[in-house]
Amino acid sequence: MGGNGNMKRIDQLQQLAQNSKISRRHFMSQATAMGITAAAASTMWSRTVKAAPKRGGKMRFGSGHGSTTDTLDPATYANGGIIHQGYGMRNHLSEVDNDGTLVPELAEGWEASDDATEWVFKLRKGVEFHNGKTMDATDVIDSLNHHRGKESKSAAKPLLAPINELKADGKDKVVFKLAGGSADFPYTVSDYHLAIMPSMGDGKVDWRSGIGTGAYIKDKFEPGVRSTFKRNPNYFKSGRGHFDEVEFLTIGDVVARTNALSTGEIDAMNRCDLKTVHLLKRRKGVRVEEVTGTLHYTIPMHTDVAPFDNNDVRLALKYSLDREVLLKTILRGHGVIGNDHPISTANRYHNSELPQRKYDLDKAKFHLKKAGLTALTVDLSAADAAFVGAVDAAVLYKEQAAKAGININVVREPNDGYWSNVWLKKPWCMVYWGGRPTEDMMFSQSLAQGADWNESHFSNKRFNELLVQARAELDEAKRRGMYEEMQVIVNRDGGTVVPLFANYVFAMSDKIQHDAKMAGNWDMDGDKAIERWWFG
Amino acid sequence: MPQLGRMVAQRLALGLLTLFIVSLIIFLCVELLPGNLAEAILGQAATPETVAAFNRELGLDLPPHERYIAWLINIMQGDFGRSLASQREISELLGSRLQNTLFLAAVAAAIAVPLAVSLGILAALYRESIFDRAVNAVTLTSISVPEFFVAYILIIVLSVNLGWFPSISNINDGLSFWEKVYRTALPAFTLTLVCVAHMMRMTRAAIINLLASPYIEMARLKGLRPGRIILKHALPNALAPIINVVVLNLAYLIVGVVLVEVVFVYPGMGQLLVDSVAKRDIPVVQACSLVFAATYILLNLLADVLSIMSNPRLLHPR
Repeated sequence: MGGNGNMKRIDQLQQLAQNSKISRRHFMSQATAMGITAAAASTMWSRTVKAAPKRGGKMRFGSGHGSTTDTLDPATYANGGIIHQGYGMRNHLSEVDNDGTLVPELAEGWEASDDATEWVFKLRKGVEFHNGKTMDATDVIDSLNHHRGKESKSAAKPLLAPINELKADGKDKVVFKLAGGSADFPYTVSDYHLAIMPSMGDGKVDWRSGIGTGAYIKDKFEPGVRSTFKRNPNYFKSGRGHFDEVEFLTIGDVVARTNALSTGEIDAMNRCDLKTVHLLKRRKGVRVEEVTGTLHYTIPMHTDVAPFDNNDVRLALKYSLDREVLLKTILRGHGVIGNDHPISTANRYHNSELPQRKYDLDKAKFHLKKAGLTALTVDLSAADAAFVGAVDAAVLYKEQAAKAGININVVREPNDGYWSNVWLKKPWCMVYWGGRPTEDMMFSQSLAQGADWNESHFSNKRFNELLVQARAELDEAKRRGMYEEMQVIVNRDGGTVVPLFANYVFAMSDKIQHDAKMAGNWDMDGDKAIERWWFG
Repeated sequence: MPQLGRMVAQRLALGLLTLFIVSLIIFLCVELLPGNLAEAILGQAATPETVAAFNRELGLDLPPHERYIAWLINIMQGDFGRSLASQREISELLGSRLQNTLFLAAVAAAIAVPLAVSLGILAALYRESIFDRAVNAVTLTSISVPEFFVAYILIIVLSVNLGWFPSISNINDGLSFWEKVYRTALPAFTLTLVCVAHMMRMTRAAIINLLASPYIEMARLKGLRPGRIILKHALPNALAPIINVVVLNLAYLIVGVVLVEVVFVYPGMGQLLVDSVAKRDIPVVQACSLVFAATYILLNLLADVLSIMSNPRLLHPR
């Protein structure tokens, strides 16, 4: 136990050193008193101090996402590039921190009624927008209403649908009344669409100017090409927003991006080319990092359409996919295999006891026989719009399933219009999900009965009951039990094959430093690299 | 030359008709593509209500012919309209992109045209020599490999290994002229390599073609030096075909450089067009296409006018 206590004290010591609260001499004497050799303490000191965030420099970020058609309206954010810039300029009521926990951002804190249907958010006082206006409840309400109502064209509209009433209680409090209890509601308002913008006074918000409360003030904004930002000197958060300037470049071509990083034209890039990333790692001055998050691929079957309405057929298909091979070929090992439910190890209530589904031709044949079939022919729609390598993955699946007597006919669909014409329309197709920070959001959006994006038309009574119960359950242990059971249900009865969770793989100049843990909810440290990273 | 004036006027009128037809074809083609702007922007997150709200706001719920006619009336009044996706004025959106594209084309042409013409003349002068063969082989090789490949080779050698030039052309308004030229160097070199062969070979062929004619033989018999024969006697008469191929290549440098723009992240028109097609932003697609079509029409006209001026016989076709 003594060792454990020591560890904790060393952590505290390092924390103090990082924040320049203690001198080197003090650090050394304390560390050696804990039984650390002087030499080890000395390296620990230099490492700790080097890790302390420093202000300054111009960070140039080459993003694989971004389009000329991007706007500053968070309702229509369509890619990671604009999401990242949005996070730089604006804040939200809550934030998923770099270690995956939910922390208050523009809110100081929140309280729920006992049944979790009414939430009161207390706002942080004295936070100023870039134009000097002080943020208050009106800004918050108008910003959220921007996504609600009949005229909303926001992708976040379904997310806010459970809000029955939204009102201010004085200048510093916002009250949400929900249709049903939701223990995770504070997570909802961390969604990247729900940025807080200055109100124009008539119930509308000013999204055109890019004015927010964020760490960076917009300088030039040329969507799909280049944006520049300056540090917000009045930023309310301490220990965030370290760069003096940020230049955000859209570099769609992965080779161009990699070249730009190798030649020092940019300081960081996302979406490395998995085929050549091992070569990039060898380049001096470049560091490649990866994070396993909630991003995953799914192959949903419409469970109300023959032959997928028979669970044995679904199981046969689930058993006839070799995930390990897919991981090696499609992702070159940069990911983890999925277990036919959408909850990642990065989520809070991931069920680690649930046995991993494996490639098992005997079981596939057994279930096929149980379904009364000797052979099966099914169409699988795929296009690389679903995810890079989706067509290859479908062809591999075809080869693997053929050995179980299943004939998968791969239908190559056009990339254009994939999400409107194939997804949710074709009975079996390839899909990707960015993932959601909570089990409730993930299940409610992709598997709940009646959800717009219930891609497998899944309707399991027990699952839907548990979903509503767990949502309003404030007792941690009980909730865990419910979510674990739901993962089992989806794994055994669901219509979705979940082959892979893909890592976010990105690279940076070795001058760039970041906290020990990086967020896995989005690419590039939760798409907050420009706020969280610094030059060491 | 009154005939020339009449011809230019006639061709300009025909050009307008061509532009109208181009705009109609482009509109129909984009309409035929699956999905619309709302679905393309909302992507996976689209729900029927949000798509409907989007369409209502942008007038995309109107029938196609109404939208086309409304657009046509605006364009006749010189109003390109606004981008559906970003609501920015298209003229403003297009302005800087077109400037960038023209800048790159100008830098590339400033290198490529003198290089190609002088190589062509030299090749004609020393035809069938080792020099002639070498120039032919090199230029034909560079035109035969895809331009993005040429681009990558240049990047790996001149940028990654030698570090002489930046691998991406991050140009913006704040830069000085020479800084811009420096950052545009690699894409300009790529385009030079891609288009030099055409112009070089046309120059060489046109001159060699003339070398067999009696007046050249006369010049030779007078005892003139070969260089003088080619520059003073052959070249002026070979100008018409050379001008034609040079101008067509200029048109290519303006409208055909999407791949080079992507590789070097050059913020030109090509990238804008690709983004707009992907998002079904019809007014922007239309505007880009019109600019491209107009470039072709005007440059072709210019080629004809210049050819006629260099050889007035062309005005009187037999």
